[in-house]
Amino acid sequence: MEGRIHSLESFGTVDGPGVRFVVFVQGCPMRCAYCHNPDTWAMTGGTMMKPEEIIEQYKRNESFYKGGGITVTGGEPLMQIDFVTELFTLAKSMNIHTCLDTSGIAFNRSNAPLLEKFDKLMTVTDLVMLDIKHIDPEKHLELTSQHNENILDFCKYLDEKNVDMWIRHVVVPGLTDDDVYLDRLGYFIGQFKNLKALDVLPYHTMGEKKYESLGMTYKLHGVPAMDKTTVIEKKKVILEGIKRRRAEQV
Amino acid sequence: MRPEWNEFVAGKWDKEINVRDFIQRNYTPYDGDESFLAPATQNTKDLWAQVLDLQKKEREAGGVLDMDTKVVSTITSHGPGYLDKDKETIVGFQTDKPFKRSLQPYGGIRMAEKACADNGYEVDPEISEFFSTHRKTHNAGCFDAYNPEMRACRSSHIITGLPDAYGRGRIIGDYRRVALYGIDRLIEDKLEQKESTGRVMTDDVIRLREEISEQIVALKMMKEMAASYGCDISKPAANVQEAIQWTYFGYLCSVKEQNGAAMSLGRTSTFLDCYAQRDLKNGVFTEEQIQEFVDHFIMKLRCVKFARTPEYNQIFAGDPVWVTESLGGVGVDGRPLVTKMSFRYLHTLTNLGASPEPNLTVLWSTRLPENWKKYCAKMSIQSSSIQYENDDLMRVTHGDDYGIACCVSSMVIGKEMQFFGARANVAKCLLYALNGGVDEVTKKQVGPKYRPVTGDVLDYDDVMDKFIDMLEWQADVYVNTLNIIHYMHDKYCYERAEMALHDRDVKRYFATGVAGLSIVADSLSAIKYAKVEPIRDEDGIIVDFKTTGDFPKYGNDDDRVDSIAQEVVHKFMTAIRRHHTYRNGIPTTSILTITSNVTYGKATGNTPDGRRKGQPFAPGANPMHGRDTHGAVASLSSVSKLPFNDAQDGISNTFTIIPGALGKEDQVFSGDLELDLNK
Repeated sequence: MEGRIHSLESFGTVDGPGVRFVVFVQGCPMRCAYCHNPDTWAMTGGTMMKPEEIIEQYKRNESFYKGGGITVTGGEPLMQIDFVTELFTLAKSMNIHTCLDTSGIAFNRSNAPLLEKFDKLMTVTDLVMLDIKHIDPEKHLELTSQHNENILDFCKYLDEKNVDMWIRHVVVPGLTDDDVYLDRLGYFIGQFKNLKALDVLPYHTMGEKKYESLGMTYKLHGVPAMDKTTVIEKKKVILEGIKRRRAEQV
Repeated sequence: MRPEWNEFVAGKWDKEINVRDFIQRNYTPYDGDESFLAPATQNTKDLWAQVLDLQKKEREAGGVLDMDTKVVSTITSHGPGYLDKDKETIVGFQTDKPFKRSLQPYGGIRMAEKACADNGYEVDPEISEFFSTHRKTHNAGCFDAYNPEMRACRSSHIITGLPDAYGRGRIIGDYRRVALYGIDRLIEDKLEQKESTGRVMTDDVIRLREEISEQIVALKMMKEMAASYGCDISKPAANVQEAIQWTYFGYLCSVKEQNGAAMSLGRTSTFLDCYAQRDLKNGVFTEEQIQEFVDHFIMKLRCVKFARTPEYNQIFAGDPVWVTESLGGVGVDGRPLVTKMSFRYLHTLTNLGASPEPNLTVLWSTRLPENWKKYCAKMSIQSSSIQYENDDLMRVTHGDDYGIACCVSSMVIGKEMQFFGARANVAKCLLYALNGGVDEVTKKQVGPKYRPVTGDVLDYDDVMDKFIDMLEWQADVYVNTLNIIHYMHDKYCYERAEMALHDRDVKRYFATGVAGLSIVADSLSAIKYAKVEPIRDEDGIIVDFKTTGDFPKYGNDDDRVDSIAQEVVHKFMTAIRRHHTYRNGIPTTSILTITSNVTYGKATGNTPDGRRKGQPFAPGANPMHGRDTHGAVASLSSVSKLPFNDAQDGISNTFTIIPGALGKEDQVFSGDLELDLNK
């Protein structure tokens, strides 16, 4: 089947281990205030592409991706779960490392047919990079227009399925930099044995231009970029939370 | 064996001049990390502070601190110069004091006068008179022989940047020979060479005999120059300090006599490490001392200066010397040529801070030691001062003792040289093809009066046909112009110091170059895949284009256009190969206008790809700015499809990325894989 693709990036260096071929899918239900890809929100548009076409492009420059692989991000890849599954199945048949960069929003354990699809996808996924926007349910809703219940449950699910997980968290001044919540986030993810890395990203304002050119209002106008030193401190707070949880579990 | 060679493994090298053999038998590969490196000594810090102060004064003085206007620079023209004699472990400046630029009129007296005048100095009238009346220069020779067509091409910039008024450079002496053998042995060898020339006095034999004599004179002068610094280089170097000093003296002689477009150093580090290893083992010097020698050596290389005009600086974007030093690489026997000395060279970027000169160039192979790769990456992030080149590609042609001249020109040290040939502006050539040889900017008939394109829409096959014809013409006038230039350079501005450190029978590359490749590829792609309507001015000359529809652009790993770029390179090289080249030089082409792309753009009108008149070309083989929309790998992939066989002098791609986007070293952005969450 075909997927709705926003764009392809042949040199991804921050979307998983190594140099990666990155597929940006079109369409996302989240409306994160600081999203820097608002052009990928719409569920329409983009280019329709077959998994074979994408893998063919990957293969052309395979030598660049030693130690890397393919990452699907977006947009929200899980909105096109059948397509991603087909793409990853093809990739795994060629021993290509597969990574899914997701918000986890589409996950829903109570929907049996959907769960079956997730089960299938996880058999061909090497790594999930899960972006937890906020640990607090209300703050999450405020920030993204969506609930975080299923997202947090997705962590548990990944742990059960034993799929490697990186947690990403963007630190926005005044919105997601409160130590209390960061500690809680750390404490929450600390329980999972499949957690392999923590990627804490400082909020930057480079997305604002895109909003302007798309004629959209930027909700975080005036919020300053996060400085790197503070981010290192914030990362430590999350790490402390993780360690506390792990100490309890021993 | 000579006492200076104690403990070295003997081989061919002690019977003949063969530095590679010495290295192969005596070097110690190093696969460890950088932890052994020593910090800058107090003396190094003091000397470097002095240099920084001089640099500041030079900037404040408008770019030049001092110029010689009376003494024509030769190997022995100036007495010794120092920063601080007691603190310097490696000595020698081009003139009698640091930052004083020498007077080098052999390339062209007018250029020398202008370089002085533009900086507020005046060449001694007697010197001007002498070089205008009594002694011809390279520049005067070229203009005596040029025909009107060559002059027209030169002024319209369809061939451009020609080394007819400045030194061609791009020749690397094997400066290591001075250290390994000492001058006396080298003179002996040159005398033998002279005896071994043919007995029938043809032009070639006469020229060779005269050149070898010149080389011998240069060698004798090297000894004299070194003696003024208290060093006896008639004998081989006996330790690492002497080996560095002797090597540097060899290089210094070349920059005293040649203001070349690139004055590169070669591949010295692994050679010098043989001495360092021996001295460390015998307790002659400590690591700290050896690093100090290297720091002082590199400091000297950073102080090489030439008198140049603002126009020259515009072509080359600044005042570069291109003291390129090639580091690392892998030997033909599979052993990496990385030694501790390779680390010490890069470590100067820490001890002295970042600097574009010397142009430290890592010969990259997938088989390099992991620790070296990591250290290179670390130093690249820290200094942005390291250049990388593909050793796996070049080793096939040049073996494992080649070096890079300028930015990408590879040549076997002491055995091969290059006649530097600037560039042909192929973007302009395409416009000439459309306009039947009429220049789109000056409206003059510069090229041949071929039939211009007619009609309201450009037809790909028609344009391609005409373009190939015009390319043939361009190659013809270009190669012939270069033949004159190199003939005259050999005659009036011969590089005797550098050539004294070469074998007798040198392989000469006849280098040419291409500028504007990505513009031609995109323009032809536009004509083929979109609709391009020419816009003519009142004289019927095409001066602009209306392009409707989209077309594949070079830089996106799209074969439809990448194949056009390949074809253009191949056709150009084929046209070049069909010509006679001076001294039977082997024709090569480069696609590497890293800096002059801006100037070439200024002289070129609107192009069918949408580029406006005067806009810069992309550097080297780069896609045009902003048109590569599929990320770096796709962009690099387009470039890497260009046939190296047709562009053996090198293909360059300028690639900029914000360090943060590359991750790992920057802990904030990186996927923190090594993080032990259980601690």
